[in-house]
Amino acid sequence: MAMSRDDIFNQVREVLVDALGLDDGDVTEDATLMGDLGAESIDFLDIVFRLEKAFNIKVPREELFPAEAVMNNPEYVSGGKVTAKGLAELKSRMPHTNFSEFEKNPDVNKIADLFTVGAIVNFIEGKLK
Amino acid sequence: MSAPADRLYEIDVMRWIWIDKFLEFESGKRAVALKNVTLAEEHLHDHFPGFPIMPECLMIEAMAQTAGILVGEARQFKEKVILAKIKNAVFYHYVQPGDTITLHAEIESIAPEAASTTGQIKRGDTLIAQISMMFSHVDKNLAGKHFPEENFVFTDMFNSLLSGFVDQKNAGGKN
Repeated sequence: MAMSRDDIFNQVREVLVDALGLDDGDVTEDATLMGDLGAESIDFLDIVFRLEKAFNIKVPREELFPAEAVMNNPEYVSGGKVTAKGLAELKSRMPHTNFSEFEKNPDVNKIADLFTVGAIVNFIEGKLK
Repeated sequence: MSAPADRLYEIDVMRWIWIDKFLEFESGKRAVALKNVTLAEEHLHDHFPGFPIMPECLMIEAMAQTAGILVGEARQFKEKVILAKIKNAVFYHYVQPGDTITLHAEIESIAPEAASTTGQIKRGDTLIAQISMMFSHVDKNLAGKHFPEENFVFTDMFNSLLSGFVDQKNAGGKN
């Protein structure tokens, strides 16, 4: 039987609680991994490994967290802002992510805010279809 | 007087070995290492006076070396393997001078950028600690930051530890 979005969320929450040492209540759909939940770069890899195990799927890191490749490309980032081309690239690589806030001010330092709990749940939902 | 440049380099890459030998080594999967604990280790005189016990942080170091070498060998020592995160560490018993502990490490996941391991420390059949770790393949992370070409993590000092277990031409920091 296919997992409901709630089931997926609950399992993602468990992964994040274990990986980042959080309480259940910290993990909400809107919480950002770095800003709100305190994840650092190595935690992203830890989360990827745990998601693979929890859902029995393959998660290429650049699919779930592709921002690094975009940020290192001068065509995509200019003057501390993500360019229109960069934004299009991010959107195509991160279809599971909500860009509406980010588009208003595509500050490169705000890329981290795109990685929310909800985005991970969307990503897993897409993978399990 | 300043030390010659090559000497400085040696200091820079100096590693200390904190395990005595491997007992089992299954490439890319699991390894078991052994460490004998002796009162000749000076830190035990202070930790604690009259009650010497092995500091937990040094149990973590022993596991990091066991698991780190296992992870390094899995990629033929081409990666610079750095301990990046202690995911979990639980200690159940003290380790004292005269004890022989065994370090059992297993690779849980390994990817181009990193690896995660689980492990147990035992004294005989007694479970002393459970420790899980994340290792970073440092060249593949940190947004393309450049590190020295030579593998400063796996130096020739590791050769003797692995003799009899892995192909020697791959060991010892050759790129």
